[in-house]
Amino acid sequence: MSAELIRLMNVRKVYGAGEAAVVALDGIDLTIRSGEFVAVLGPSGSGKSTAMNILGCLDTPTSGHYLFRGVDVGSLSRDQRALLRRNFIGFVFQGFNLLKRTSALENLELPLIYRGTPLKERHRLARKALAAVGLSDREAHTASELSGGQQQRVAIARALVTDPAVIFADEPTGNLDTARSRDLMKLFRELNEERGITIVLVTHDEDVAAYAKRHVRFVDGRIASDGLNPRQAGFAERRAAS
Amino acid sequence: MIIDALLLALRELRRNLMRASLTTLGVIIGVAAVIAMVTLGNGATVSVTSSIGSLGRNLLILAPGTRRVGGANAGAEPFAPGDVDAVRRDIGGLRAVAPVAQRAEIVVTGNQNHSTQVTGTDNAYFDVRDWPPAAGREFTDSEIRTGRPACIIGQTIRTTLFGSQNPLGTEIRVRDVPCEVIGVLSPRGQSTFGQDQDDLVVMPLRAVQRRLTGNTNIGMIWIGAERAEDVPKIKKDVTELMRERRHLSRGTPDDFEANDMAQITQIIQTTTGILTIFLSAVAAVSLIVGGIGIMNIMLVSVTERTREIGIRLAIGAREKDVLTQFLVEAVMMSALGGVVGIALGLGASAIATHFLKIPFVPSLFIVLLAFIFSAGIGVAFGYFPAQRAARLDPIEALRHE
Repeated sequence: MSAELIRLMNVRKVYGAGEAAVVALDGIDLTIRSGEFVAVLGPSGSGKSTAMNILGCLDTPTSGHYLFRGVDVGSLSRDQRALLRRNFIGFVFQGFNLLKRTSALENLELPLIYRGTPLKERHRLARKALAAVGLSDREAHTASELSGGQQQRVAIARALVTDPAVIFADEPTGNLDTARSRDLMKLFRELNEERGITIVLVTHDEDVAAYAKRHVRFVDGRIASDGLNPRQAGFAERRAAS
Repeated sequence: MIIDALLLALRELRRNLMRASLTTLGVIIGVAAVIAMVTLGNGATVSVTSSIGSLGRNLLILAPGTRRVGGANAGAEPFAPGDVDAVRRDIGGLRAVAPVAQRAEIVVTGNQNHSTQVTGTDNAYFDVRDWPPAAGREFTDSEIRTGRPACIIGQTIRTTLFGSQNPLGTEIRVRDVPCEVIGVLSPRGQSTFGQDQDDLVVMPLRAVQRRLTGNTNIGMIWIGAERAEDVPKIKKDVTELMRERRHLSRGTPDDFEANDMAQITQIIQTTTGILTIFLSAVAAVSLIVGGIGIMNIMLVSVTERTREIGIRLAIGAREKDVLTQFLVEAVMMSALGGVVGIALGLGASAIATHFLKIPFVPSLFIVLLAFIFSAGIGVAFGYFPAQRAARLDPIEALRHE
């Protein structure tokens, strides 16, 4: 099996203190290896978004350990975590989170600017990533000129452009209709299968989760189940086609 | 990276061009005001200095002062011819010493007449003032000795009495004294105090004393020193000499004045300097106000762009990256304001100096200082908003609507 990328060890996350304390994560153990396509499922309030923030190094556990590529993220400073995100992590958000009045190409350049990539190389990589999501003809459009589906593709391209170790997608289809969702999930599957990119997807939608190879279910801040996708990959697609 | 930051900031400002320009207006006005004040102040100082300089080099003017007579002020005794000789004899390091007796008179030629200042003196006067006749000649020894009326006239007299005619050799009347014009002085322009220096007639001292004033009094003694650094010492020596000659006992105040023109220049320069600093300080206050305006807009901008900041932090911007971005934006605003303000200030003072008839003296130092200061305003007032942006929590910022 491939290298271990992520390991959560008895991770707890508590918001607030004393009487008002809310336990969002209550002792999570989870291991994700390179090349996996994991769907994190669960109802709202189950702690899956909190888990995502911790996995994405945006937040740190209250207790327990989070090892990313063997590094204990909890011991890192804010800036060190930023560097970790910069170099190894791509994000896709529900609300797309593109710079609205900035062109698609410039949105893709953003993470490369922080990496210090020279201008020419930036343009080359950004165009390549845009081509990978099938939006080569939209590079000069600003985000607000693109449809929701296109925006989310640009967001995926932005996550891809740095060639990250893992892409975290938080309800990426939440703002899209069924057809667009399906296209997007096919894109994710393609990226995972053909380019071997590790993808961790948070969703509450079973149809969306159907594209992942592994399902992790959260209930009340704990992992209720963790195993291979019971439905075969592509099942939902075939069902929709019939 | 820094070029990226500059381009990014420029684009951001262009996006809110109206807002950025209005915000910058405070800095523009502040810088323009400071630049204009200093440039005009410099011009005034140069104007004053050069017009005092036009009186003569390293000049010391002795004039009778006031003495107290039974509680009332009265004019002190004028100088006597012996005083001039004593100065010439006893004081070292002098270029020239000229006795001066002045009187306002009417000069007449043909049907023209003009009221002017008649100065009785000798040839040393032209040396003291570095002002030899431009045409004609100085007085001859016999004219000086006998007091034969001979006139050397200033440019103003020349133009009002003679127009374009050659005045040399013609006869004018000073009150009722006929006097041959033997020389014409070059134009000197206005003095510090707005007097027309060219409005004068110079005659031999004795001619003035005998024919016009009717006494042997000398109103002033003009002393030109060889070297500027000797002036204070000479002033002290002359003062001692005069106290002795005027029999002033120890403790009695001087009943004459020794005015050191360099000193007067310095006093006037100091005065204009203080005035300039004062006005500049007032103008600088508007710079501060401009800085507060920038801080205000930057805070608004940070709030507006919270989500953008969240995105940047999420994809790997460090605190210092975000800090730099907003700081560069603030500094760019204030520095551009500074540049525009400098241009505006120089332009305004160029126009003002033209109308005030003082020289336009832009100072590179103050221009650089204004630029650095305006950029500094951007740093000082941009830092707090930028820091606020940099310290945002990425998760919170991404949730921000």
